[in-house]
Amino acid sequence: MTTLSLSPPATRRRTAFSKIVRNEARLAWRRPIGLIGGVGIPVVLLIIFGELPAFQQPTAALGGFTAFELYVPVLVVFSLAMLALLGLPVPLASYRELGVLRRLSTTPVSPTWVLAAQGVVQGCVALITMVVIFVGAMVAFGVSAPRNPGGVVLSIGLSIAGFFPIGLVIAAISRTASGASVVGRIAFFPLMFFAGLWLPRQLMPTVLLDISNYSPLGAAVEAIQYAMLQGFPPVAPLLVLAAYALAFGFLAKRFFRWE
Amino acid sequence: MGNSGNAGAGLALRADRPQALSWPRPDAGRPAVEIAHLRKTYGELVAVDDVSFSVAEGEIFGVLGPNGAGKTTIVECAIGLRAPDSGTIRLLGMDARADRDEVHEVVGVQLQSSAQPDRLRVGEILDMYQSFYREPADVKELTDALGLGGKRNDYYRSLSGGQRQRLSVALALIGRPKVAVLDEMTTGLDPQARRDAWELIEGMRERGVTILLVTHFMEEAERLCDRVALVDNGRVVALGTPASLAAQARGGKSVRFSPSAPFDDRVLTDLPEVTRVGHEGNHVVVTGTGELVNAVLFALDAAGVTARDVQLNSSNLDEAFVALTGDASTARKEN
Repeated sequence: MTTLSLSPPATRRRTAFSKIVRNEARLAWRRPIGLIGGVGIPVVLLIIFGELPAFQQPTAALGGFTAFELYVPVLVVFSLAMLALLGLPVPLASYRELGVLRRLSTTPVSPTWVLAAQGVVQGCVALITMVVIFVGAMVAFGVSAPRNPGGVVLSIGLSIAGFFPIGLVIAAISRTASGASVVGRIAFFPLMFFAGLWLPRQLMPTVLLDISNYSPLGAAVEAIQYAMLQGFPPVAPLLVLAAYALAFGFLAKRFFRWE
Repeated sequence: MGNSGNAGAGLALRADRPQALSWPRPDAGRPAVEIAHLRKTYGELVAVDDVSFSVAEGEIFGVLGPNGAGKTTIVECAIGLRAPDSGTIRLLGMDARADRDEVHEVVGVQLQSSAQPDRLRVGEILDMYQSFYREPADVKELTDALGLGGKRNDYYRSLSGGQRQRLSVALALIGRPKVAVLDEMTTGLDPQARRDAWELIEGMRERGVTILLVTHFMEEAERLCDRVALVDNGRVVALGTPASLAAQARGGKSVRFSPSAPFDDRVLTDLPEVTRVGHEGNHVVVTGTGELVNAVLFALDAAGVTARDVQLNSSNLDEAFVALTGDASTARKEN
């Protein structure tokens, strides 16, 4: 049941997959809680922070960068984490709760297709949000173009690879959709703290910064900030993200149940 | 069947109506479902033990038994959702798990307690499931036939229990299956919706679809099934036509009465027609064969006892169920 069924001919597979994606997109649109958290809140925060004059002053305590420059990667991570920790596990847990995944496994398609379709939909939402945040920050609020665009792309890619398996583990340990939503939120807010949403990493005391360096969202912010403002990111945060991807990937594969 | 003439609430899947739905004809002579020595345990619990039966193509076969008897486990093994511990399962000659891909093309399934997302429309759900199959039925024709034609644009969450049930039947049939497996399809339906569902099943029989029907509802099995396997504690305790099971259980009929005075049971047990004499409060229940009533009343009269409040019952599947599973509570609950 966990293997991708390849039996229907290619054209029918494509049609079937696109129909699943379309319904997933409809559901995301009709219950826009995930879109509000993953797109709406980061964009609103971007506008608020962009309008604060204090956020536009280069500050010595922040390494000579403006607070706004440092917040752009935090908002990117906010959006990705919302999608990974809530946008992915809540519908999956709901499908398992409703028996949708079980029902699908009696058809010629496999329930893994729903997971893949979720990936497509969440991925598109994430991509649009990234574009809005980066272009908005640069065009509307005068942030300069990333120092190392390749490093930004790599850091975001590794962040996605690190965050989404955590969402799968949340889906695995939650019996119901509401349970997944509670676990997702309990995970999201402390992790966002260590990512520097309330207190920039640059101002954190050593203990907090150490924790932040080894937390998935903190490592992601570190890597993206560096690639945006300085150059190719240091290896440490990239390795931390890769380690989360492997560890939670393993846990998800081990504990995720389709029914 | 099919000529009952009642309105049928838009269920056009009956033989006496113009048919829009076309269906593949069965290949004659091959069993649709063959289950041999199926065994499935969950830890210490033996859910199903040495279950064997075979369903011919075009047959409506009932798996009947009290709650927790192992019916759903049998069905889930049969459709490849669960791996049996031992035993073999063939569906249209294919292995339920090894040939899973092809099995899923030709076997339609209605699972117990399987819902759909609230915010999808009926048409969107059916359209998606339709795209999974090689030669699917037409969504419009199928929904019209199931009386869901006016609901295609409605959200799943706005459907009534009966409409949801019909949608799950529609999803079981959207791939135009040769075998349909329906698990407790009428549980939770009101009497009218239940009758509509029965007519639908009878319509499926007309087009040669083999149906494996799981139920704990006696009337349903008696009305629909060609044959029934009675399951209790994970074993098949009886297998045959509903009528033969009923006969097997009680050997015929029973008469129930209230005697005007106490009498010795031997007055009745000595009669050749009587197989058993039982007491239920002030009433006596005598079971037996042949001219039972005459024999009993004559013998009582000879003993100076008058039988009051006489009721005669031909035994039915309900009694077979009780007699063979010893579970009166479940059998009567649904009536």
